[in-house]
Amino acid sequence: MSSADLIAIWISLRLAATTTLLLLLLCAPLAWWLAIGAARWRIVIDAVVSLPLVLPPTVLGFYLLLLLSPHGAVGAALRGLGLPAPAFTFTGLVIGSMLYSLPFAVQPLRDAFQGVGTRALEVAATLRASPWDRFLTVALPLSVRGLLTAAVLSFAHTLGEFGVVLMIGGNIPGRTETASIALFNHAEALDYGAAYHLSLILLAVCFALLLFVYSANRRLRTPGVLV
Amino acid sequence: MRKPLAVFSCAVALFAAAALPAAAAELHVAVAANFSGPLQTLAPLFEKSSGNQLVISSGSSGQLYTQIRQGAPFDLFLSADTDKPKQLENEGLTVPGSRFIYAIGTLVLWSPRPGVVDDQGKVLEAQRYRYIGIANPQTAPYGTAAQQVLSRLNLWDKLNRDKKVVTGENITQTWQFASTGSVDMSFVALSQVLGADGQIAGSSWRVPQSLYDPIEQGAVAVAHGNQQAAAQAFLTWLRTDPSALAVIRAAGYRTAD
Repeated sequence: MSSADLIAIWISLRLAATTTLLLLLLCAPLAWWLAIGAARWRIVIDAVVSLPLVLPPTVLGFYLLLLLSPHGAVGAALRGLGLPAPAFTFTGLVIGSMLYSLPFAVQPLRDAFQGVGTRALEVAATLRASPWDRFLTVALPLSVRGLLTAAVLSFAHTLGEFGVVLMIGGNIPGRTETASIALFNHAEALDYGAAYHLSLILLAVCFALLLFVYSANRRLRTPGVLV
Repeated sequence: MRKPLAVFSCAVALFAAAALPAAAAELHVAVAANFSGPLQTLAPLFEKSSGNQLVISSGSSGQLYTQIRQGAPFDLFLSADTDKPKQLENEGLTVPGSRFIYAIGTLVLWSPRPGVVDDQGKVLEAQRYRYIGIANPQTAPYGTAAQQVLSRLNLWDKLNRDKKVVTGENITQTWQFASTGSVDMSFVALSQVLGADGQIAGSSWRVPQSLYDPIEQGAVAVAHGNQQAAAQAFLTWLRTDPSALAVIRAAGYRTAD
């Protein structure tokens, strides 16, 4: 196990954790709106959210690169404000990963919110809970398993992501080279020993994390959930 | 319950401790995947002679070309072909005069099993095989070369009619086809099958140069790199230093004379 591989794993874990956290913060309100909203064009947003599943990751990465590079529309605008362009940086990886894993965060949350149903919320409303209060103290706690599923899927999906980060990150060791890219490089260089090692460690780390989360999930089973 | 958490914290502490010390001068090199192995060998030699470190990013030449056009922070580009460095040069994105051919590839017809491929390539014409692997002629230089060989031997149309040609996305996949026995033999790069002892395991035919155009690989210094003097020094070293040339040749490439 080379130190470069360890650093790549560390970058992957950091990326997956950052992406998951930001996605949950962003997607909880979005999924809530998708679950209970009545607007006609809600279904349009629903469809758009699923689009990252359709595009091949390298294509998605290519478009993001065109947008976020120092020469791209967004990148150039940011540079005009004195900020660095996101392409080829960790920030760029986070942006790309958030887009790539968006459906994996939104869909379990939306379904969980829908599962809560209207009864509990109406009861809360009769007790004068504000919409915000209903979301925070009724819907969210009742959807905790959906939240957990969203977190696990986003985390695992980001950890295994390859095409987007390769394109937008530039595979720079110590900065944007994630474990999945390091793994690919080993395989491309026909260095199967190093590739086996790295995938074994990646699998072990993820298995440990998933085991931890799922065992926590069992304890979180909320009694008396309204079905 | 707590154990996975403890293991995870230990791992995090380990990774943090493994962080590399910052180096004096770092050259960021974008290298075509097929040459990343030799470059890993060259890096410590160059560091010893110049004091400068190489930070290596490998990928497909097309991907690296796109990224450099988009301003990727690379100082040097070692491509698997000559077109992409030339294109960058035409677009004014390279240091003028820095482009040269650093390696020339050799095409080999190869099977991991002894006795399958003869050293004259007669096996091709006998056509007693189910599948033959080549890299994608549209995107991979070794694929283009393989197509030229089969065309010049008047076999290309017939083999395609018989659905005997299997196309790999790149030269690595093409090697894997043969090495796993999925195809009877593949057109691969000498650099992939040449052992440390200078021998090729299995059976092989080094295709004569007359049957395909030279597979030349070009290098350039990138104009927006901020280490241009060091980058130029590396290119000069790569072109002239005897130990560097020896590494390139031992890896299965020829060098321009």
